[in-house]
Amino acid sequence: MGPGAAADRVRRSITGGERDIAGTAFMLTVLVALLTSVVILAVLVLDMVNRGGAVLTDRLGDFLTGSMSSQPDASGIVQGLRGTFWIGVFTVAIAFPLGIAAATYLEEYAPRGSRVARVIDVNIRNLAGVPSVVYGILGLTFFVKALGDVTGPDANGRSVVSAGLTLAILVLPIVIITSAEALRAVPRGIREAGFGVGATRWEVTRHHVLPYAAPGILTGTVLALARSLGEAAPLILVGATTGFMTGGDEFANLAALRERFTALPIIITTWAGRPGEGGRR
Amino acid sequence: MELTGRTRITVSDLRGDPRRTRTEKLVRYALFAAAATSIVISAAIVLSLAGETWTFVSQVELASLWTDGWFPRRGMYDVKTIVAGSVLVSAVAMAVAVPLGLGAAIYLAEYASPRVRKVLKPTLEILAGIPSVVLGFFALSFISPQIVQRFFTDATAFSMAAAGIGVGILVVPLMATISEDALRSVPVALREASTGIGARKITTTVRVVIPAAVSGLVAAFIVAVSRAIGETMVVFIAAGATGGALFSLDVFGPGQTMTAAMASQAAGTDQVRGEALTFQSLFFVGMLLFLFTFALNLSADHFVRRVRQAY
Repeated sequence: MGPGAAADRVRRSITGGERDIAGTAFMLTVLVALLTSVVILAVLVLDMVNRGGAVLTDRLGDFLTGSMSSQPDASGIVQGLRGTFWIGVFTVAIAFPLGIAAATYLEEYAPRGSRVARVIDVNIRNLAGVPSVVYGILGLTFFVKALGDVTGPDANGRSVVSAGLTLAILVLPIVIITSAEALRAVPRGIREAGFGVGATRWEVTRHHVLPYAAPGILTGTVLALARSLGEAAPLILVGATTGFMTGGDEFANLAALRERFTALPIIITTWAGRPGEGGRR
Repeated sequence: MELTGRTRITVSDLRGDPRRTRTEKLVRYALFAAAATSIVISAAIVLSLAGETWTFVSQVELASLWTDGWFPRRGMYDVKTIVAGSVLVSAVAMAVAVPLGLGAAIYLAEYASPRVRKVLKPTLEILAGIPSVVLGFFALSFISPQIVQRFFTDATAFSMAAAGIGVGILVVPLMATISEDALRSVPVALREASTGIGARKITTTVRVVIPAAVSGLVAAFIVAVSRAIGETMVVFIAAGATGGALFSLDVFGPGQTMTAAMASQAAGTDQVRGEALTFQSLFFVGMLLFLFTFALNLSADHFVRRVRQAY
């Protein structure tokens, strides 16, 4: 008789052979809740692949390289790709170093339980919960209106630069929180060993703590990048073009960064709003 | 160097290399500056909202804040329309997210084998990464015709119900992961004690684990509500009423939330135009939204702290 069978006999003698109907029903209910959630995800992905697949197999080349057009069959997404690409660049260039540095300060430098650290910590948690449209207002006020001459002289400040800066700020709290979690997971022994041989705090952080936490930090930053690329609401407020536009299909044209722009999430929004035209992606 | 004799170590030897000390100091300031940016950002948000909000509040006619609908371009700023819209959409969203999210959390924390958990939890977390525009499009193209209009034949193609279900799906992973963390932070000893005095699994879960985790669960609920109120794109795409909306409590009709009202004012136009105060009303709604979610987030933080203190 195996251990499984023994456990079974013990269980049966305790429960008197009765089945726990309420318990089983409860377990099934929560299982169904979990499976429903997962199935919704599957339906969503299948739905997108199904509809998007047709466009991609029919005319993959010019869909990706074409400009926006009033004819749904001919319009492409190249300007959106370009806008999204540059927003990603801004996020990586601004939010990542700033966020990781802030997390390093909070975890490695700030004295435990100090007032400053606590204020900053609570503040960051609140920033992470601020709705994304509100960040759009921030971008509108500062990058579009106040700094319009710098961010986009020919476009009233409604440029990729403004959008990129806004989204970099939007994801900063996420980068900080995830990086701080990764740093917290570094064993104390590593730091103590470093201090023990006479390294300064920065040397310990730079050569031991950060490399150890790198995979965790990377995961967090990739999530933050995904968030910034998918975000549309702040872009609407910052003024991404929702109509048609010409040009703007050269990826590396740096001067064009200060001109009008659009991005993939905006294109989806615009197309979804036009009856009978959607069905992409 | 003389190896045989005793080397005397003086205080100046222990002081360390001045260059290293200087680097250390500089790095410390730089990192602190990075951390302090978050405070600057918060201040900037409040500042950017406050100026125009004050212009709006001080100049608007009070009567126009209580009319038949929200049509900012025509000088009708009925606040109750968009607040009711936000509340309705969030209510529908929570009706979807609470049973699904809580159920999923209970299964993952109490019933799932480690192997099942390892597969399903990340899968659920992927849902959290879906851009909200995609979900908005899904709500409009799938949820609205296939689900809402099938069961409620008088529902319009753009409806707050469809938007609410979309938002609900969006917050399920959030609800599930925070609740699961709360449930798992309940010490195993409590479960063992309960089982030890002969309680069934369901009794342990419902009468011991859930009450012990309740403040974490409340926090999950509040965070999810806050997220649902702040969600823009799903509502903007799927609830219709882009120009404005009449006051309505009908979830099967089109409607507008605070967030969508902001987005639709700015969408498609180069400048936010209209009646004299249209532009300022955008900031007023932003301020309302900011205060709502700020209060919710603070109270959620309070509940989370209570869990941490308890165990």
